[in-house]
Amino acid sequence: MENLLNIFIKSIFVENMVFAFFLGMCSYLAVSKSVKTAIGLGVAVIFVLVITVPVNYLLEKYILDKGALVWLGQGFADVDLSFLTFMVFIAMIAAMVQLVEMIVEKFSPSLYNSLGIFLPLIAVNCAILGASLFMQEREYHNIAEATVFGLGSGIGWFLAITGIAAIREKMKYSNVPAPLRGLGITFILTGLMALAFMGFMGINL
Amino acid sequence: MNKITKEPLFSAKNLKLFTDQIDKNNPITVQVLGICSALAVTVKLKPALVMALSVVIVIAVSNVVISAIRNLIPDRIRIIVQLVVIATLVILVDQVLKAYAFDVSKQLSVFVGLIITNCIIMGRLEAFAMANKPWPSFIDGLGNGAGYGLILIIVAFFRELLGSGTLMGYPVMEKIGAYSIGYENNGMMILPPMALIVVGLIIWVQRSRNKSLIEK
Repeated sequence: MENLLNIFIKSIFVENMVFAFFLGMCSYLAVSKSVKTAIGLGVAVIFVLVITVPVNYLLEKYILDKGALVWLGQGFADVDLSFLTFMVFIAMIAAMVQLVEMIVEKFSPSLYNSLGIFLPLIAVNCAILGASLFMQEREYHNIAEATVFGLGSGIGWFLAITGIAAIREKMKYSNVPAPLRGLGITFILTGLMALAFMGFMGINL
Repeated sequence: MNKITKEPLFSAKNLKLFTDQIDKNNPITVQVLGICSALAVTVKLKPALVMALSVVIVIAVSNVVISAIRNLIPDRIRIIVQLVVIATLVILVDQVLKAYAFDVSKQLSVFVGLIITNCIIMGRLEAFAMANKPWPSFIDGLGNGAGYGLILIIVAFFRELLGSGTLMGYPVMEKIGAYSIGYENNGMMILPPMALIVVGLIIWVQRSRNKSLIEK
C-alpha cells in the first residue's frame, strides 16, 4: 500500500510528465489557451492513461517479454518479442482510444461533446506512449502498480495543463515583449513552473 | 518521375522546401511540433546529435514511403498506415542503435520509441507526403528533420557547455583555464526546466530577427 502511494505521489509531482520529461508538450502548448478546454483534455488524458498503461502491462507481461509466452507451452520459453514493443503499444493505444471514444459516445453524449476532437488526438499524445514505455522500463511488479502509475501520470499532466492555461489567461493583460508573445513566453512560463515543481524532488514516502 | 515533370533535381522550388523548414517555418519554433521528445535528450550534445540524426532518417524515409504509396492508401485508414510505417522505421533505428551505440541508446532510453508519436513526422506525412511526389517529400523530410535537429543541437550545445563545462565530452572549460579564474559550472542548466527556457530564448532571438513571425 505504501509502495502504491509512493508511486502515485512520485508520478504526479516528482516525475511529472510535462515538467520532468516534456511529454505531451504538443497538445500542452496547443490546447492551453483557455482553462475550460484544458480541463477537458486533461480529463481525457487521465482516462486513457488509466486504461492503456495496465493493458500494455499485461501485453508486456504475457506476450512481449522474453519468456513471456511460456504459458503457451515450454517450447516458447526462449521467444523474445520485445523488439515488437513499439508497434504493439502504439496499436493498442490507438485501438483503446477508439474504444474509449465509442463507449463515451454511447453512455455519456454530453462528456463526448465536451471532449470533442481531443479524444481521437490523444492517440498521438506522447504522454500516453511515454507512460507505457516508462512502465516497461521501470519494471513495475504488478498490475496495481502499473495502474496507479498511469493514474498518477494522468493527474500530473492534468495539473500541468490546467495550471498553464490559467496563467495564459492572465497573461493576456500583461505587457509581454512582442517577439516573446504567444509561444516564447509560454515556454519560459513552463520552465518557471517546472522549476517550482523541482521543489518536490527527493520526496519519498 | 523527375523526367516526367522536367524539373531539375535541385530546382529552386525544391531547395526552398529544404531551407524554409530550417528558419522561417522551423518545426519547433514556428510550427510548434515535436517538442515532446526533443528536449529531454538535450543535456549532452552527443545524445542530441544521435536523436537529431534518427529523426532525420525516420522522417525522410517515412515521407518517401508514404508518398510512394499515397495513391494506394484508403483515406479512412491512412492514420494507422502511417503509424505502422513510422513504427517500423523507429524499430529499425532502435535496433541499430542498440547494436552499434549501446551507451547512447541507454541514455536516450524511451525517447527513441517516442519518435513514433513525434508530431513532426505525422504532421509532415499528413500535410506534405500525402499530396506530393517522393522526391519533394524526401527534401521536405530532410528539411524538417534538419530544422528540428538544429534547435536540438543549439539547446544541447548551451546546456552542455554551461552545465557541465564540456562539449561532446571534451572538457572545454577546463582546457581554456576557466576554472582557475573562478568560473563555476551552472548546475541549473542540467535540470529539465532550463531546456524550456533556452528554447524560449531561441524563439525570442528568432522572432526579433524576423518580425513577420511575431504573434498578435
